[in-house]
Amino acid sequence: MSLKIKALTKSIWVFHLAASPCNNCDIEILDLLTPRFDIERFGIQLVGSVRHADAILVTGSMNRKARQRLKRVIAQAAKPCFVIAIGNCACSMEMFGKSYNQMECLDNVSEVHAYIAGCPPKPEAMIQGVVALIQAQLAALKK
Amino acid sequence: MTPVNRTQIIPIGPYHPLQEEPEFFKLHVDGEKVVKLEIEIGYNHRGIEKLAEGLTYDQVPFLVERVCGICSTSHPFACVNAIEDVGGFDIPDRAKYIRTFIGELERIHSHLLWLGLAGHFLGYNTVWMWAWKYREPVLDCFELITGNRNHYAMFKPGGVRRDIEDEDIPTAMRIVAGLERPLLMFAKIAMADPVLQARLKNVGILTYQDCVELGALGPTSRASGVPWDVRKDHPYAAYDMVEWDVVTTENGDVFDKVIVRVLEMLESVKICKQCLEKLREVKDGIDANYKEIPPGEGIGHHEAPRGEVFHYVRSDGSNRPVRYKIRAPSFMNVPTNNRAVVGYTVSDATITLAAIDPCYCCTERTIVVDADNGKQLMGWKELLRLSQEKTRKLMERYKSRMDRVWI
Ligand code: SF4
Repeated sequence: MSLKIKALTKSIWVFHLAASPCNNCDIEILDLLTPRFDIERFGIQLVGSVRHADAILVTGSMNRKARQRLKRVIAQAAKPCFVIAIGNCACSMEMFGKSYNQMECLDNVSEVHAYIAGCPPKPEAMIQGVVALIQAQLAALKK
Repeated sequence: MTPVNRTQIIPIGPYHPLQEEPEFFKLHVDGEKVVKLEIEIGYNHRGIEKLAEGLTYDQVPFLVERVCGICSTSHPFACVNAIEDVGGFDIPDRAKYIRTFIGELERIHSHLLWLGLAGHFLGYNTVWMWAWKYREPVLDCFELITGNRNHYAMFKPGGVRRDIEDEDIPTAMRIVAGLERPLLMFAKIAMADPVLQARLKNVGILTYQDCVELGALGPTSRASGVPWDVRKDHPYAAYDMVEWDVVTTENGDVFDKVIVRVLEMLESVKICKQCLEKLREVKDGIDANYKEIPPGEGIGHHEAPRGEVFHYVRSDGSNRPVRYKIRAPSFMNVPTNNRAVVGYTVSDATITLAAIDPCYCCTERTIVVDADNGKQLMGWKELLRLSQEKTRKLMERYKSRMDRVWI
């Protein structure tokens, strides 16, 4: 069975964590659930609690107030759990890096398994990113 | 014996909303009834005003675009208005029409987004899916014209960055005109559905007086009969060159807020069509190419989907602003929750908090806590369930009439 099909057959539950984003990444994530993209057909579903999540989608550049909570939420997740940085903000803090209210990049707070760049990334890019992550993980397992 | 304090606290939020900026609501409840509301914000503070002071005038629109992803035209719109106000610049008519077109298209996408989520909170997921389905063509139109689905980067002081090509106009026109049917359908559904009526009528009422006292803006105040709209009161861009009306309703309840938004979208469609027609004829360039911003102060407005956005800029003649100030409409609208939520039941709180279209997805993290021992009584799921159950119960009651509602 090809890895892609394997990936499609597994249902990934994702938890969406907004760490002071501008909303747009978040809207595009929600857009994935609506009729045009409808990722539920792949079994990918947004869940309400981080304890049910297989992957955490982090958006935003994380200000001081958000950072504490982000750390706590990631610590609460059942391991193993993937952390996916969605959008330029989460990947590299974009233009907010120099602000007085930002401290550090997401990489310093937790291990990040995939970066999906774009401002905001297109829904197609997000789907592709998740698929790429699964393939990379499965390939790593095989070795 | 001292009276027992039976009030309990429901913290809603603060952080990790379903989609929008985090805010923290503390609902004090006595049984089912909300008696007090406290609001705390600041989870999304990124220091944008300060960052703006370190950027050049050409870069600032890109930064303020990222204040909010849903109003990603409103902020640059107000920003370029402010910068142009410093020097008293005028821009070509074609640029004005393009700006207006983008601004109105965004209103449609934003209101559809709200409509969908409001449906979700009421347990009408069909409304959610439908509204977002009809939102996709709008995003396609944006992609066609600006190259991106969100964050269009169309504005620059003195004009717009990209032109709308003649060959794109028919496609854009088709998309915009195609929105009319679904919008009318939504209006009819809202008017005819007895459950929606029972759920939203006379819930979360804001009176005319409340709106004036608290300075509510946008659809929140227009639903209470306050006809404030900067597009009419202080016209900018092409708003005085096209035909349109300000939509107001009288009751100020959540139902009226739905109606105002749906009707506003129809007005926006009207404006978009006129702009596209004009773009076929008006061809006087898209950029006035101003090089220097003189010293001085400027203010800029834009009627964003949620109300008036206000930007202030002070210049000392260099290429950067010395002071930049932003006031977003939700800042004025959020305090109105204090009047609109208090006195109604918990199951109505979600939709009432949602009605001003703020950052209501914060409710995702709602938990009901017993104020005495801090024990968790109720989670966000329960609250959503409460809200959806109420709709279901009403559906039972109106079953006989529901059968007859077919649009
Ligand atoms: S990457 Fe862009 S769209 Fe995403 S949160 Fe940051 S500014 Fe917004």
